[in-house]
Amino acid sequence: MPEPLDVGLFVPCYVDQLAPEVGLATACVLERAGCRVHYDAGQTCCGQPFLNMGATAAGTRLAQRHLDIFQKYETIVCPSGSCTATVRRRYPEFGVGADEAGHAQRARTFELGEFLVRRLERTGLGARFPHRVAVLSSCHGLRDLGLGSASENLGTRERSPTEVLLGEVEGLSLVPSLRDECCGFGGSFAVRLPEVSARMGRARLREWADAGAEYVTGTDVSCLLHLEGIRQREGSGPEAIHLAEILARTEDR
Amino acid sequence: MSHPVESGARRELGSPEAILRHDASVFDLRLRRDAAAGEVPDWEALCDRAAAVKAHGLDHLDRYLEEFERRATEAGAVVHWASDAAAFCATVGDLLEEHAVERVAKSKSMLTEECGLNPHLEERGIVVVDTDLGERIVQLEAEPPSHIIVPAIHRSRQEIGELFHRRMGTPRGETDPERLTRAARRDLRTRFLSAQAGITGVNFAVAETGSLVVVTNEGNADLGMSLPPLHIACLGIEKLIPRLDDLPTFLRLLARSATGQPISAYTSVVTGPRPGGELHIVLVDNGRSALLGDAAHRSALRCIRCGACLNTCPVYRRAGGHAYPGPIPGPIGSVLGPAMHEKGASLPHASTLCGSCTAVCPVRIDLHDQLLAWRREGSPPRGFEALLARLAGFVMARPRLYRMAGALARVVWPALRVRFPGNPAHGWLAARELPRHPGASFSARWARERGAGE
Repeated sequence: MPEPLDVGLFVPCYVDQLAPEVGLATACVLERAGCRVHYDAGQTCCGQPFLNMGATAAGTRLAQRHLDIFQKYETIVCPSGSCTATVRRRYPEFGVGADEAGHAQRARTFELGEFLVRRLERTGLGARFPHRVAVLSSCHGLRDLGLGSASENLGTRERSPTEVLLGEVEGLSLVPSLRDECCGFGGSFAVRLPEVSARMGRARLREWADAGAEYVTGTDVSCLLHLEGIRQREGSGPEAIHLAEILARTEDR
Repeated sequence: MSHPVESGARRELGSPEAILRHDASVFDLRLRRDAAAGEVPDWEALCDRAAAVKAHGLDHLDRYLEEFERRATEAGAVVHWASDAAAFCATVGDLLEEHAVERVAKSKSMLTEECGLNPHLEERGIVVVDTDLGERIVQLEAEPPSHIIVPAIHRSRQEIGELFHRRMGTPRGETDPERLTRAARRDLRTRFLSAQAGITGVNFAVAETGSLVVVTNEGNADLGMSLPPLHIACLGIEKLIPRLDDLPTFLRLLARSATGQPISAYTSVVTGPRPGGELHIVLVDNGRSALLGDAAHRSALRCIRCGACLNTCPVYRRAGGHAYPGPIPGPIGSVLGPAMHEKGASLPHASTLCGSCTAVCPVRIDLHDQLLAWRREGSPPRGFEALLARLAGFVMARPRLYRMAGALARVVWPALRVRFPGNPAHGWLAARELPRHPGASFSARWARERGAGE
């Protein structure tokens, strides 16, 4: 048995408040993959919503605070592609974490699926989920973190870590997506331009529903809450579920 | 107050059928681009090269502009400079009046849209006929183009058939694109023959030779340049490329990125006037040199107006081009907007920052990074929104306050889920339900199940 890897759990604020089960499922999956999970209750928000809406002063303060709190961890794992992308890719352009230590810390901050597949090289985690599942490749994971190949990019195709992990889940059948475009969430965009945002979300849901998907999954709770909200308003479409929740399911084995 | 692109989308692309049709027609161009670009083995290297050439050209634009003026003048053209839209319109209008021109055949040019040339000339009693088929359609509908390459893409075949029936006497109910195109061509040919001047846009201007490069699929610009005795070419100063040898790189990228064609049907390189004719070239600044002086945003001036970022943009496809204030819609319009016109300040927010625009741009403009940069520089939160952001930032930096705010949210949450006037969650509820609150937060459950945090 190798020495368990210590992991600092980076729980986005909206997961903390609105989707605690996703945080718990993430911890459970990490432990099953042989990690020792640590949670610092001082964490709040990585600053993403502030940085993205142009509230730079508050955003950079929170960003620096995030780096300070997680500095002590060798490995940092987050069940959100967009929060991970904010830390890894966006911080330096706001002058946060641009030094050598900051760079190293940002590089050891991982999105959950990315961590399991690329860092741990663990794909089979004994999950069972006998359903037809579509994948939402959230944009910041897809393009900013390079998790999978965006359709507009030419050259060889690579499956995203999420798709790799789902491929190993017993009973699960993957519903292919015709497009990999944005679901329309986009943070403040969702409330500034709600109709355009919903048009984008409805199009994604319709495509998956037509392909017979019962669920749509991904690693961004924000995108999933948006899609779930539209599904509830429209009364049809696949139900949203986080990747960690699928990977944590073993009970009906 | 709702965002202009939000209200524009409701107004201009109202029905689910119209949204579906617009999305499908525009996305089809994206797919054609994917296929065409995929067939070029060194596509990425070609993009790198084009970006480098443009970046170099912009870094030394002063030198290349002077070289261009010298070469074009040597070739017999007359070069004019216009600092802004008003100066541009006046220059063109004066030229036409000096030549006693009453009828002009014009080919597609986003610059003339940007500067409002058509209304200016009409005010001076000059009849302008747009000769690009899509441009002609929107001109007859008295509306601006909704796409920089496909100006009438928001119009259905039925709408165009109806328009041509009213304006060109085609049979009622005619929707066959070929027959409609033939009718437009017949109508336009007579107007070309009677035009006393041709106005064209320019895709590239070559400093080394003083040449203008004009690319179309219909040959209409070529007629406009060669039938009437007077040709006025209009271009923004960013259109310059240093050498003729640079041109093939851009020609290979432009049509593939725009429509998936390996090359446009007509590519003309014009150096000097035709025998017996006059060529006037109007170089327009209109905000470009200010943008050039801003190193953080200069990359936007590399744009070759291929439209690939519009075609891939899920916001553009579901809002429609007319939803955007300003002459250019989509990601590049939202990046240029804050620098180029006063209605453009909020445009960088009309994006989810999905990044697909950046991925397809053949001249490597960092479009979604630019949108984010403009948000923080050009339109940070103001007034009440700024106050809220400061308050939220204050709370988020203090875990105990953050948890108290969470507890408060839990109490008021059920009320937020109901639509009522003044509900702070109205933006969310406008399109979707708010989820049920899960009760305890993650941190509370973690503390309960695993003991206190670290």
